[in-house]
Amino acid sequence: MKARVYVMLKNGVLDPQGEAVRHALGTLGFDGVEGVRQGKVIELDLADGTSEATVEQMCEKLLANTVIESYRIEVQ
Amino acid sequence: MRAAVVVFPGSNCDRDMAVALRAAGADVQMVWHKDAAMPDNIDLIAVPGGFSFGDYLRCGAIAAQSPICKAVVDHAQRGGYVLGVCNGFQVLTETGLLPGALMRNANLKFICKDVDLLVNSSNSAFTSGYGVGDTVCYPVAHHDGNYSIDDEGLARIKDEDRIAFTYTNNPNGSVADIAGVLSENRRVLGMMPHPERAVDAGHGGTDGQALFRGLFDQMVSA
Repeated sequence: MKARVYVMLKNGVLDPQGEAVRHALGTLGFDGVEGVRQGKVIELDLADGTSEATVEQMCEKLLANTVIESYRIEVQ
Repeated sequence: MRAAVVVFPGSNCDRDMAVALRAAGADVQMVWHKDAAMPDNIDLIAVPGGFSFGDYLRCGAIAAQSPICKAVVDHAQRGGYVLGVCNGFQVLTETGLLPGALMRNANLKFICKDVDLLVNSSNSAFTSGYGVGDTVCYPVAHHDGNYSIDDEGLARIKDEDRIAFTYTNNPNGSVADIAGVLSENRRVLGMMPHPERAVDAGHGGTDGQALFRGLFDQMVSA
């Protein structure tokens, strides 16, 4: 089985990289890009039967820093 | 004073840290990240700067899970002294020993220069050698030194006088110009600037000496 973890900076935490991407898109002529947030996607190959709760523990302990980041898990 | 300097793959300020501690009179041992225990009777653990584990995932995140970091956390929880500089500060926030997190610099640039800092609290072994309001000059060299903490956490560390150093001219976007933070018991200090790179006239300045001497005095009198 596979799980996909999306890690994003929490709302309200300034994302300087996203802001730089937004600015670059404007420079390329893409008008109307009002905000860009950059995060990461982590794909996990897991033994069958691994519970979503276990993946949640992985997020809490390592994959996300919950001081500044939020995460979302998709089990496939 | 007996000190241990933790070495991770990618640490690059470990020897500078050892030199600075020895110059202040400490007996220093280097400790490898795979070790599960500290040498006996260690007073201070220094977590040095560098790019531990290539900064993979997040700066300090992998190092914070290494076997030796459990010993660092145990030492701190027993009331031991811990100094984390630069990547060491990132590691300490990742272990939860210090509040907040270090994010990418607001201007996205790697910053390598000398910066002036204000001593915001002299109420710690690390900063007892300075006076509140003193200006000291240490080098910074980091890409992820933008200190972030929520409003509640910020109010708390302010109330508890736990902001050890602030930048006089904020280089990286840190909240409230914060350059260094103390733990609740004031025995764990994390800071982005490098005091160990300002302890010899050959470094261009010696403002860091008082930090290491202050620690040494505290250990000797304790």
